[in-house]
Amino acid sequence: MSDSVDTTVEQTADALPPPPRQRGLSVAWRELKKAPLSAKFGLLVIVGYVFVALFAPVLTPYGESEIVGSEFEPWGGPFVLGTDNLGRDMLTRLIYGARNTIGIAFVTTCLAFLIGGVAGILAAALAGWVDQALSRLVDVLMAIPALIFSLLLLTIFGTSIPTLIVIIAVLDSTRVFRLARAVSLNVVVMDFVEAARLRGEGIGWITIREVLPNIMPPLVAEFGLRFCFVFLTIAALSFLGLGIQPPTADWGSMVRDNATLITYGDVTPLLPAGAIALLTVGVNFVVDWFLHKTSGLRDEK
Amino acid sequence: MKNNTSGGSKGDILLEMRGLRIEGQADETWQPIIKGIDIVLHRGEVLGLIGESGAGKSTAGLAAMGFARPGCRISGGSIVFDGMDLMAASEEERRKLRGSRIAYVAQSAAASFNPAHKLIDQFTELPVKHGKSSRNAAEADAKDLYKRLLLPDPDNIGYRYPHQVSGGQLQRAMTAMALACRPDLIIFDEPTTALDVTTQIEVLVTIRDIVTQFNTAAIYITHDLAVVAQMADRIMVLRYGELVEEADTDTMMAHPKEKYTKTLWAVRTFKKQATGTYTDSAPLVRVEHVTAAYGDIPVLYDISFDVHPGQTVAVVGESGSGKSTAARVITGLLPPKEGRVLVHDKPLPGDYRKRTKDQLRHAQMIYQMADTAVNPRHRIREIIGRPLSFYLGMKGDQLENRIRELLNLIELDPDQFIDRFPGELSGGQKQRICIARALAAEPDFIICDEVTSALDQIVAEGILKLLDRLQRELNLAYMFITHDLATVRAISDEVVVMLQGRIVEHGPCAEMFQPPHHEYTDLLLSSVPEMDPNWLDGLMERRRREGMMESASTS
Repeated sequence: MSDSVDTTVEQTADALPPPPRQRGLSVAWRELKKAPLSAKFGLLVIVGYVFVALFAPVLTPYGESEIVGSEFEPWGGPFVLGTDNLGRDMLTRLIYGARNTIGIAFVTTCLAFLIGGVAGILAAALAGWVDQALSRLVDVLMAIPALIFSLLLLTIFGTSIPTLIVIIAVLDSTRVFRLARAVSLNVVVMDFVEAARLRGEGIGWITIREVLPNIMPPLVAEFGLRFCFVFLTIAALSFLGLGIQPPTADWGSMVRDNATLITYGDVTPLLPAGAIALLTVGVNFVVDWFLHKTSGLRDEK
Repeated sequence: MKNNTSGGSKGDILLEMRGLRIEGQADETWQPIIKGIDIVLHRGEVLGLIGESGAGKSTAGLAAMGFARPGCRISGGSIVFDGMDLMAASEEERRKLRGSRIAYVAQSAAASFNPAHKLIDQFTELPVKHGKSSRNAAEADAKDLYKRLLLPDPDNIGYRYPHQVSGGQLQRAMTAMALACRPDLIIFDEPTTALDVTTQIEVLVTIRDIVTQFNTAAIYITHDLAVVAQMADRIMVLRYGELVEEADTDTMMAHPKEKYTKTLWAVRTFKKQATGTYTDSAPLVRVEHVTAAYGDIPVLYDISFDVHPGQTVAVVGESGSGKSTAARVITGLLPPKEGRVLVHDKPLPGDYRKRTKDQLRHAQMIYQMADTAVNPRHRIREIIGRPLSFYLGMKGDQLENRIRELLNLIELDPDQFIDRFPGELSGGQKQRICIARALAAEPDFIICDEVTSALDQIVAEGILKLLDRLQRELNLAYMFITHDLATVRAISDEVVVMLQGRIVEHGPCAEMFQPPHHEYTDLLLSSVPEMDPNWLDGLMERRRREGMMESASTS
């Protein structure tokens, strides 16, 4: 056969130029426009909260723990949402609460993912006794109810914000570990990981460069959910008096401090609770949408 | 067996598709996949659909059932099956047809069976559901069909789960299932592509017998011309969703008209240039009396062979013969129980973790599945660049230039490909990237593990030519693991034939293809389909006479 025939075959069969690439940003924008209403709403809520949290000092009429009036003043007048049990402005504390609660929850979740994610991938990649040791340790931690365990640890180590963050992060990282390990197990058996091992790559490269990028979608989705749980845990701990300590404004303790108002038919204590609920719902909408996109699920008609 | 479907004698038109157009959805727009094809099929006729991957063969095959894959739609033309217009029929009517009168046999039987149910339960589901027979009758029928399809222990095999039978047996069980309702038409979509040559023969023979026994019409989809020559009465060549050529098998094999058809026919003609003997040079890699096991299960027994610089050693055998395990021992993924591997007469540590960077660099590996061999989240730049910076400490412009050089070497345009992700590449292109990654380490020895078996023939041919050129230019030694003897014949200098973890025959390529052979080598060699349409009959006749393969005797 002639050479000319050969080259035509090769060009057509194997060397066809791939379709033009689209830029990441424009794809993201297009996806966003196609997103369902719930996801858009969720995004809006999150953006709103982040905005409020970032610009709290500018947005608030008073200082965070400044006593500006008498106790339990009604809505309206100088205090849009009234004052709390010590005479501090409710709106101001709500806004600062966003900053504190969201900020601490975010840091905690990041820390939990750092610990759990790295340990999970390592367990999957190294297997053997490392996997056994880590997995059993996690089993032990998970065997004790998280809230009770964290109450116990907080009473031992004191209730400063750093200890709060570390304790909740460690307890929450067990869930992240399980997920990261499970999804990594599917990746570490792939040939490209074997190729990297045979190249002589260290465990650091395999963890971060080979495995991590491939397990990002489920981890990001889990991040959203974990964030909600951490957030709720902090609020719950604060409500019980072992979380964020006064005078720092935070939604959990705000509910507790003003709980008595409920008896008088005043909805003020429900506002911080509502703020928590709204954010949780928003984050979940976005996570749902993201999971749907990355898992390749299609709406069946 | 009497044909118990709705009458009709051989020669009547069973299926008629006119001006068939199918579109697939890509990025919000509908792209044509099939661009107006006419397919007419008569009762008892076997039609072969061939073409490279992406030609629309499977899509056309599925359309014969009035079915389009999710994300695809039939946008034009007519499909008439035995007088019934499938385009006009309701989904309910079409569903009744499927399985009972039109059946489909998929490429991967392993993926098409539900692993949680026994074979016979999956067999009986359809006839019982369609009200064709009772559960007991269906079970009896299943056993009968298993017997006809020459499955071992037909009375009991149905009570096994899919993972408890071999790939070839599963494919036959799938064919039996397709026959459960005695359909008028069966669509075979690459039923033997995933099988070894020796198993492929068994499946081909049974499929052909069944088709003649039941006077069933069939559409046989494949990219293997030699196979289609054995099976089909008539062949249609498809390309880019269009018909290239259509003719009777004999005519098509003897006198292909179109240029494209001729290139398809010529694909298997690639032959490496004859090279000298290597016995005088010192061996590059020497495998000495290696015995290996997975836990307590022994897989390799006393394996020894040499690879000389610039030489290709093909390791052949069916799946489970231990050829990939031999590669794992050489790469150090599986330390041998006994024996050792020497490179340049220096023994390598058995465990890859104990080898130096340089020892690792010298032996590279190319995998069967290019999809999983490159990290889907890395750009081509990083995939090829990593060995360069890792082994050779390159960075900046030097690194960039070398990546571009390598891309040129594997015949891909650097400007187009360097910033892409593997997902944006075709199978052949991905395999080229894997080759570039191996070359980046500047090895002198490359293990190629079934590198072409996942690609269709034209693309595979390109890869083989590339590997051959690189070998000559860079004096590389290859260990080429494959079960495809046509590939072996094309590229190897020396052949090692393995069976159940042992080397049964070993010698220069030219000698291996000349008799006398070891009995197993002979079985392997004679099982490679040839382009002659009468080859299968001839082979079966010969084997029957020799009584070599029990399963070749037809019922």
